[in-house]
Amino acid sequence: MLYMILGTVLILFALGGAGLVMGQWSDRETVEGWIYAGSAAACGLNAALMVGFLVSGASGMEAAVPVGLPWLSARFRLDGLAAIFLLIVGTGGVLSALYGFAHRRHTQDPAWVAFFFPLFLGGMTLVPLADDAFSFLLSWELMSLASWFMVLASHQHHETRRAAIVYLVMAAIGTVAMMLAFGTLAGAAGGYSFEAMRGADISPWAGAMVVLFVLVGAGSKAGVVPLHAWLPLAHPAAPTHVSALMSGVMTKVALYAIIRVLFDLLPAVGWGWGLAMLAVGGLTAVLGVLYAVLQRDIKTVLAYSTVENIGVILTAIGLAVAFKASGYAALAGLSLVAGLFHAINHSLYKSLLFLGAGAVVSATGYRDLERLGGVIHRMPVTAATFLIGSAAIAALPPLNGFASEWLLFQALLNGPRLPEWALKLAVPVVGALLALATALASACFVRVFGITFLGRPRSPEAMMAKEAERGILVVLVVLAGACVILGVAPMMVLSIVSPVVETLMGAPPLADGGRGLLWMEPLAERDSSYSGLILLVAVMGMASLMFLVRRQASGRLSRSHAWDCGCPDPNPLTQYTASSFSQPIRRVFATTLFRAREDVEMPEPGDVSPARFTVSLYDPVWQWFYRPVTRVIGWVADKSDAAQLMSIREYLAIMFAALILLLTVMMVIR
Amino acid sequence: MTVSGLLSVGLLAQIVQAILVLALAPALTGLVRLLKARLQGRRGASLVQPYRDLACLLRKDVVIAENASWLFQAIPYIVFTMIWFAAVLVPTFTTVLLLGPTADLIALVAFLGSVRFFMALAGMDTGTSFGGLGASREVMIGSLAEPAVLMVIFTVALVAHSTSLIDVAEYLTGTDVGIRVSLLMALLAMVMVAIAENARIPVDNPTTHLELTMVHEAMILEYSGRHLALIEAAAMVKLLLYISLILCMFVPFGIGTRADGFAGIGLGLVVYLGKLMGGAVILAVFESSIAKMRVFRVGEFLGGALLLGVLAMIYLYISWAV
Repeated sequence: MLYMILGTVLILFALGGAGLVMGQWSDRETVEGWIYAGSAAACGLNAALMVGFLVSGASGMEAAVPVGLPWLSARFRLDGLAAIFLLIVGTGGVLSALYGFAHRRHTQDPAWVAFFFPLFLGGMTLVPLADDAFSFLLSWELMSLASWFMVLASHQHHETRRAAIVYLVMAAIGTVAMMLAFGTLAGAAGGYSFEAMRGADISPWAGAMVVLFVLVGAGSKAGVVPLHAWLPLAHPAAPTHVSALMSGVMTKVALYAIIRVLFDLLPAVGWGWGLAMLAVGGLTAVLGVLYAVLQRDIKTVLAYSTVENIGVILTAIGLAVAFKASGYAALAGLSLVAGLFHAINHSLYKSLLFLGAGAVVSATGYRDLERLGGVIHRMPVTAATFLIGSAAIAALPPLNGFASEWLLFQALLNGPRLPEWALKLAVPVVGALLALATALASACFVRVFGITFLGRPRSPEAMMAKEAERGILVVLVVLAGACVILGVAPMMVLSIVSPVVETLMGAPPLADGGRGLLWMEPLAERDSSYSGLILLVAVMGMASLMFLVRRQASGRLSRSHAWDCGCPDPNPLTQYTASSFSQPIRRVFATTLFRAREDVEMPEPGDVSPARFTVSLYDPVWQWFYRPVTRVIGWVADKSDAAQLMSIREYLAIMFAALILLLTVMMVIR
Repeated sequence: MTVSGLLSVGLLAQIVQAILVLALAPALTGLVRLLKARLQGRRGASLVQPYRDLACLLRKDVVIAENASWLFQAIPYIVFTMIWFAAVLVPTFTTVLLLGPTADLIALVAFLGSVRFFMALAGMDTGTSFGGLGASREVMIGSLAEPAVLMVIFTVALVAHSTSLIDVAEYLTGTDVGIRVSLLMALLAMVMVAIAENARIPVDNPTTHLELTMVHEAMILEYSGRHLALIEAAAMVKLLLYISLILCMFVPFGIGTRADGFAGIGLGLVVYLGKLMGGAVILAVFESSIAKMRVFRVGEFLGGALLLGVLAMIYLYISWAV
């Protein structure tokens, strides 16, 4: 099975290469069609294999491919954890490839997008499979660079070029941090296979350094605050199906790296790191969604909302670390199951929302919410699926987003058992932060859906929008269906995720409540249960009673102008806009945090020039984190300028001093 | 009672409760209005008036805006069903309810969150300035109220060792919890949230149509006929639901449990009616003695509720440790 997956990766690479060659003389549409169809087939095969692997409960399989460094052939290993993430990659890959296939006739992206697309998918497939540091880092870089080229698709825009530069720098920092992490893990003996790292005996200090490096390296790729700044710039800049992959899938691959190192490669991680991850995760969730609710660009909103969801998953991982360090293996497992389930769910609904938004953007030509509106009449299927995605991401029952957050809250409610006081006090605060993030996410997606699809069109293009191609609609409907099915039957996923977590934690994470697969009943000693399916059936049953209302009531319905308190204005500009919709939230939350300021410029009486209203936001992360860092780098660069203009004697003196210094250090250490 | 006996009693109680909440909700709203009128020196309309209003609305034709979508027409049914279902889940006079394990307190809160989600969408659908205004204020209120109520629930769940509504009610009736400061704080936070969620004074005014202050009314401005009837009925059931929820979480005493048998459940019904009336009196007195606050003060009000909720939880942790 492992060789089959490696084979599909080879096929993906070949597709990219073939596309590069064929593109020179064949017509573009056919070539891209073959590339996307081939990528979809390869990813589909992978996803199907992974489902088979997870359901059968097969144990790990290994392979060594004689490529790469001569003394260390590239090792690959397939186990349950890798399989879960490969399933995410495969599912996201097949659906976004199908979107690319259906959209290829109308695309305005440069030709290279189709060539890098399969490479990107191949890179993301290899990361979870890698079983040594070299193949891991190579796949990781392939994933970063391939996506970087696709971010540059609209390189003629100034903002895109800026996004690409920021992305490149952050990706480089991330990879360096990952390198340092693996280097520390390998230790002086230099065992770069994961097998050797698992057995290595590293000191607590080195372990702490590894955690820090991984959190920086993989956290920057996942978009953890304050390393998220590139994400809302880069994800929206890429073509739609690539944005969906970057937000829905690539961030999950980054989380995979965190989980792999923290729960598999490292023998033990201290509770302090759990506390740090809880705090960072909670902050990431709230800040991410607060940024999201204030944005005007539909794809930027979705990108920031990815930051929020990463925060939620990071909180779950942090909770798992805290429980594991305190000896509660089962509760640690429950937290990790909740996190993994949320990762799967997020990959589904974020892909759905990005692809739906992409359909609207290509139908209207606008990413700015202030130009959209009323699209539900022209694009009914897109609207219905986007509504399901919005409800899922807003954690409304009985959809999948709620199911995973419910599990996470059940795990959080066990906080009092943690022995350390700092953790005890942190858990309720983190719970409040998560609850706040969930509620704000609901507000955010009411706004996105309401402004985009409801109301009156705010531009002629929105009024004349056309429903997307049938192929795209099929993709959207499949994703929306998946969100509903995973919501009403969460145990379907949990029953294959929990054995994987059990092997990591050594204890079964979900208690068997004895009620069967319809119920989530995670803890044996508490009688907390939830059943999405029964809830849905009961609500549907009660809704069917509504026909009584219809029979008793007057059935007549007529259409007229909106009433609007007696003075409707036909101008669609009198509607609430995206900015005015978020004004109350901006006033309540962002006044101090983001120093949101509203400036109204009113002309003098008699003056006919328009009044102006500007909102200025200030991003504390840029101000307090990035700017000082750039300043320090600039200062160091300035100072080291002097080193370029020295005489050869001075250079030799420096080398001699360095030699002496190193020898002294060696002497002291020995 | 045997298992099958328990199941059939549960089913029966469930159906009785489903009908009871629908039948009582307009009377409760009528009672609050009547009491408020008396407190203000008016005679007030009779208790039957809300029923008449609903029947009147049902008879009227529906007029909707030209550009309203299918969602606008579906939302009254969605909202009414969801609120009704939520009200059916909360133990009122007995804890022997068939649907009890289906959804716990967290699911219930999320369910009420869905109601808000759809109501706000309804407000935005016609593309009028008032609808957007109501929706935007409603989501701001919700973004603070929802975490506050979750904190309250966490506090209660930690005391009762379960997030299940039935377990919470049975634990508090069966165990001598004593007076806990954290529960008092949670109760206060819950009442503040309930006031905001039900569009009562001082957060919102259920009888106003003044643009500066309205929230809930602004969202439903475009509804008429049977749609409006459903939404009004949903608002009435929601008031009953919140009072029942507070009763169930903080003063469940007298509720009929598994151990009580039929007599206990019958007694529970009487006690429940008494408590409901008490709740109406408190609400009417409170509403008559306080002034409406500015919309942007609501953030502070609900932020206070959220803080109280967090404090209640932290206090609970500390009181356990000491």
